[in-house]
Amino acid sequence: MEDLFKKELKIINMGLEGFAETLKERGTTVLHVRWQPPAMGDDSLLSLLDKLK
Amino acid sequence: MSKIDQANQEAVKRMMLSRPVWVDVGKAKDVIPGMKDNLFLHAGPPITWDRMSGPLKGAIIGGIIYEGKAKNAEEAEKIAASGEIEFAPCHHFNTVGPMAGVTTPSQMVFILEDKEWGGFTYSNMNEGYGKVLRYGAFDEEVLNRLKWLDNVYAPVIKEAVSLAGGVDIKSIIAQALHMGDDGHNRNRATTSLFIRTIAPFVAETEWGKKKDYDAPRLDLSNVSEYFKSGKASVAAEVLAFMHSNDLTSLNAIMAACKSMALAAHGVENSTIVTTMSRNGTDFGIRVSSTGDKWFTAPANVPDGLYFSGYTAADANADIGDSVITETVGIGGFAMAAAPAIVNFIGGSPADAFEATNEMYEITVAENNNFNIPAMDFKGTPTGIDVRKVVEKGIVPRINTGIAHKEPGIGQVGAGIVKPPMEIFIDAIKELAK
Repeated sequence: MEDLFKKELKIINMGLEGFAETLKERGTTVLHVRWQPPAMGDDSLLSLLDKLK
Repeated sequence: MSKIDQANQEAVKRMMLSRPVWVDVGKAKDVIPGMKDNLFLHAGPPITWDRMSGPLKGAIIGGIIYEGKAKNAEEAEKIAASGEIEFAPCHHFNTVGPMAGVTTPSQMVFILEDKEWGGFTYSNMNEGYGKVLRYGAFDEEVLNRLKWLDNVYAPVIKEAVSLAGGVDIKSIIAQALHMGDDGHNRNRATTSLFIRTIAPFVAETEWGKKKDYDAPRLDLSNVSEYFKSGKASVAAEVLAFMHSNDLTSLNAIMAACKSMALAAHGVENSTIVTTMSRNGTDFGIRVSSTGDKWFTAPANVPDGLYFSGYTAADANADIGDSVITETVGIGGFAMAAAPAIVNFIGGSPADAFEATNEMYEITVAENNNFNIPAMDFKGTPTGIDVRKVVEKGIVPRINTGIAHKEPGIGQVGAGIVKPPMEIFIDAIKELAK
């Protein structure tokens, strides 16, 4: 693990885009993946969507 | 495949098979079934006078004066508030109108026929830019322009389209997407093709050969000083007006999109959105299998670029039926076909591609009529599934003009607007009952 951070990192960032932006500013190669929990994390909406499958 | 997925494929198939052709022009109260003397249509879901925003109220006031029911704004406001005039969504009458979308009984409308599924859709004549009725303006210049459109322009193009045997609007849209248009806010190509198609027949009309007429003359000096000479024929004036207004084709485009959306409506079990629209106060959607029920919530203010002297503080909430274009897979959904649009709404060409790519996440098909050359001719994302909108947390991307919140001032900018997520959630709740 210690060696990992001595190498040039290429990072995939998921979720909060701010993390990716900070890394980019520091010159790190980063790919941001837009992801959020299904139905915005709302269990009641997930139940409704289950009925509509 | 589940019965809902099958229903959605059927709805989108019907949408894409629709073949709207511009066939005629007529007076609203004569040609729109159900239209009557005291009925004014407007953009968006149903709304009462007291809740209407500035631009819509201004357009209603202008419409009342135009119809000869009042001499001035004060009288018109009293009539509007009295209940003497009924207000109804354009959508309830297979009609669509940009921005305030006010369609009055005497106005002339495009008539489009769906040659595949039958039925007709309608939209009035586009006034052009600046201070216009659809942005809530109603001074003498506005009213005179409306008179010219209804008494000079409309009769000429009515005669022209009859000579032409109809104009295939869907074909114009498809070609324009290959020429840098999105079909909603960038219309230079659609209008160029529209003019190119109809111009030979405008030149052949009896109306077009006249030089004098009983209506206020339009000031076309912005096109050429020649039009101040009084020597121009009506045909020349009509063509010059079309040339001066990139939005000339927009209303016919919208009526064509309404045709396509109507074709997809009424499919049992389908969760496809078949109406999206705003009245300047509320944003509303309707879904294929839930009949005429509107799902509404307060409309958001667009985020975009403002003309010099204006800021977001001046902006009205989202307004207009023109989001019927996004409903059938063009407009904001086809932004990747129109990278130059970012000059109008802000952002970069890369953002335009991202916008289109994101919309594939919430749609069920790639359009087999409308495709995007820069994406290897991939079909535009078509058929918004309310389930996907809620599941992915992504709402439809809409490009739009921005109206000043006070009536009569006009457009103050353009940008991107997001519909409220809650209307899609409400639709899911209804569908899951």
